Amino acid sequence: MAEKPRLKLPKEAKKGEVVEIKTLLPHIMESGQRKDKDGKAIPRKIINKFVCEFNGKPVFTANLEPAIAANPYMQFHAKVEESGTFKFTWTDDDGTITTAEESITVS
Amino acid sequence: MRQLSRRDAMALGVVGAAVTFFGPREQASAAAKEAADQITKFTGGKTATSGKVSIELPEIAENGNTVPLSVSVDSPMTADNYVSEVLVVADGNPNPGVATFQFSPLSGKAEASTRMRLATTQNIIAVAKTSKGEFFTNQKLVKVTIGGCGG
Repeated sequence: MAEKPRLKLPKEAKKGEVVEIKTLLPHIMESGQRKDKDGKAIPRKIINKFVCEFNGKPVFTANLEPAIAANPYMQFHAKVEESGTFKFTWTDDDGTITTAEESITVS
Repeated sequence: MRQLSRRDAMALGVVGAAVTFFGPREQASAAAKEAADQITKFTGGKTATSGKVSIELPEIAENGNTVPLSVSVDSPMTADNYVSEVLVVADGNPNPGVATFQFSPLSGKAEASTRMRLATTQNIIAVAKTSKGEFFTNQKLVKVTIGGCGG
């Protein structure tokens, strides 16, 4: 995990509010379709899974295909009923896992 | 000529040379068939009802390398009635799969946005599955000026 993910979500919310979350992980998302100068296929290397959990419970999961553009961007929502921590996980084809956490205060 | 055979190879995986005889139309229909197969697999053979799903896309994508996509499904998103999964396929890409989004009642809204690559002008199809086992679908055409695959 060379690159740091970028997260954007509110720090505070009202109970029961639906908040918007934006995430971006810098990543090449090599599709496996491209060829190098010698005509050899460049092997696929993408983030194939993205997971968002809140206090350990699943909120949003995305299974990604090579058709997702480089630097996979995800925008989704979460309904918050209590203060807690969002955990974000990106899984690379080679098994590398990148995680990030962000907490939110719910009043 | 080189351009064409490379595209064919992309669309059909290995076959390559033999397929060069058929034009872009043949490869497009092959991709469309694979897209339809993925949808059938997703719904388990059930027919998806048209509606409830909305797809936001630019009408014309100038750069196929990064095309903004937003999918939303009309659903109350309560514990006993929510959208559990949404499959997005592109019927003109070498691999039609784009992404599968899984939602939960904690999602609040069945809505997700991302950015995708598109090889050519094609249809984007989204199929939503609800917790009650219903399927809804919608599709939208996007015109792509410069393709975003291979290169």
